[in-house]
Amino acid sequence: MFDGKKIGDIEERYRKWADKLEPKLARRPERKADFINTSGIPIKRVYTPLDVADFDYMRELGLPGEYPFTRGVQPTMYRGRLWTMRQYAGFATAEDTNRRYRFLLEQGQTGLSVAFDLPTQIGYDSDHPLAQGEVGKVGVAIDSLKDMEILFDQIPLDKVSTSMTINAPAAVLLAMYIAVAKRQDVSSKQLRGTIQNDILKEYSARGTYIFPPQPSMRIITDIFSFCSREVPQWNTISISGYHIREAGSTAVQEVAFTLADGIAYVEAAISAGLDVDEFAPRLSFFFNAHLDFFEEIAKFRAARRLWAKIMQERFKAKDSRSMMMRFHTQTAGCTLTAQQPKNNIVRVAFQALSAVLGGTQSLHTNSMDEAFCLPSEEAVQIALRTQQLIGYESGATDTVDPLGGSYYIEELTREILDRAQNYIDKIDELGGAAAAIEKGFIQREIQDSAYRYQREIEKDERVVVGVNRFQVEEESAKDLLRVDPAVRLSQMQRLKTLRLERDNGRVKAILSELRRAAEGNENLMPVILDAVRAYATLGEICDALRDVFGEYQAVSTIGG
Amino acid sequence: MDDKRRIRVLAAKPGLDGHDRGIKVIANALMDAGMEVIYTGLRQSPEQIVEAAIQEDVDVIVLSILSGAHDFLFPRIMELLRGKGVNDVLVIGGGIIPDEDIPSLKEIGIAEIFGPGTYTDDIVRYIKGNLKR
Repeated sequence: MFDGKKIGDIEERYRKWADKLEPKLARRPERKADFINTSGIPIKRVYTPLDVADFDYMRELGLPGEYPFTRGVQPTMYRGRLWTMRQYAGFATAEDTNRRYRFLLEQGQTGLSVAFDLPTQIGYDSDHPLAQGEVGKVGVAIDSLKDMEILFDQIPLDKVSTSMTINAPAAVLLAMYIAVAKRQDVSSKQLRGTIQNDILKEYSARGTYIFPPQPSMRIITDIFSFCSREVPQWNTISISGYHIREAGSTAVQEVAFTLADGIAYVEAAISAGLDVDEFAPRLSFFFNAHLDFFEEIAKFRAARRLWAKIMQERFKAKDSRSMMMRFHTQTAGCTLTAQQPKNNIVRVAFQALSAVLGGTQSLHTNSMDEAFCLPSEEAVQIALRTQQLIGYESGATDTVDPLGGSYYIEELTREILDRAQNYIDKIDELGGAAAAIEKGFIQREIQDSAYRYQREIEKDERVVVGVNRFQVEEESAKDLLRVDPAVRLSQMQRLKTLRLERDNGRVKAILSELRRAAEGNENLMPVILDAVRAYATLGEICDALRDVFGEYQAVSTIGG
Repeated sequence: MDDKRRIRVLAAKPGLDGHDRGIKVIANALMDAGMEVIYTGLRQSPEQIVEAAIQEDVDVIVLSILSGAHDFLFPRIMELLRGKGVNDVLVIGGGIIPDEDIPSLKEIGIAEIFGPGTYTDDIVRYIKGNLKR
């Protein structure tokens, strides 16, 4: 970005400066011998044009909305429209969660994000023995279309966009959403939203898998194909690094493992006969916003540039939308402390700002109380206000990619990209993301980083305010939001009534039809839609698929 | 207990939640401290955990749960252990567990609950100082 003569001058000046500094440093050393970020990248004292001297602006940065999208996916970014403020929420029954959604929409939230309870995420009805103790706890319990109708009662599905954190049974919940919309006279073609639908990171980091990889990938490509015709505005997958990071990975690993998963989905869809430009524009991503402010900003930019290159060079995409990495961000839950919980408000604010400076399309800001319970209404309001403060008061949104051109940010972006690329090469050698997971490679990398991070805290090499420094005596938190165990009983009662009232002959016939379809290779979405409309339950539908596909058995990565 | 025998620990994830970062970090720390650790993997029913504890003849059971289902699952595990006559195994728990739940969990025999921010060294020390056999 600079001519040779100028670079020479800067180099000479820099050397003089460094020489002059030496004796001073000998007398008064810096705070630490080495400054290293979470990805293990050494951080220099100062960055100058020397670090970006060989930088090709057009090739590596370009302009916003243009390849390789380092500076953002839209030409005007937040000058045109702010990101979607989307708080992940769900607990207890569909009625309780519907009330929370309407509260959030009244408070100025612009999109919904559904948290399902664990039985729903693993395809068990609330009356399943393994659901005991879990119903309605970490999200809303959905057993059938009946619950889904209540969940979106009085919420116009042609107006809001809805993100659903659902993976193994994503096809079923998407089918229910389409069915609810139809009852509101909203066509599937008008629906906007996202299903997470990212099974690979369930095996490597999040744990809510049902079926083995192969049939799981088939369901995912069925969804890609169905949606490209029937739900064209829907994001068919949210390829997620968030949980990989929460499980303990570094920023570089987050980018690498997420994009490696992305590559696996693109390859699966191409093998299933889809054209890359037919489904790739609907792929979306999901990242974590962690503590190291600049590392995070650089991470988002690096991920965008790397994905654009992969789509153009590796998969020969032609449509620029196929190369555009659009992503959701959530602040890092694992960085919140149970100690001095109000400090979490500030942590979240920095993390959220990094996501905005990194060019996110939507954002969830964590509530301060999430280290010990479900967010209270007050805590979730402050979290949403944090986004509104950044969006409307901070001025961070007035120009596109305000940190673009920073010597530090550009060098860090390149370093993260290169290191992530090295990991992807390694995963390719292992046979791709699914094979690397089957071999336990990705899980081991993540758990080693998590252990290292914890040891750094315990050895006082990493300061956690309120935990290993600046502690105070404090009383334990009071008035926590808790889910009544009676939620399970009311769900069980509703299931009982449902099974009495519906046409059970029809349900039985559709479930055998589903088994037959699963054994063959036709698209499963239409028959799943028929099943949910006949009020077959989530558990019944997943059981029919379990009969054919079997269940995934995790590989152990602890011990010898 | 026999001095030559290493402390045997069952690290278990009861319930459906997939958050295994904490239990894996602790498993690593206990192994580094010279203990033998058997990790159950995710989604273990109380019956499976108790069965594994008996079969593996462990001295300690470490339970981790972050979904809030501890209020059902921890008592169930303790009940099954008592039912099998297992009274000499140290049981400790951790995860996202509100302070106000801790007294009742201790009453049913969970020796200690370790929350977010706990040092693994403290857990190692606790186990070494509180073995029941």
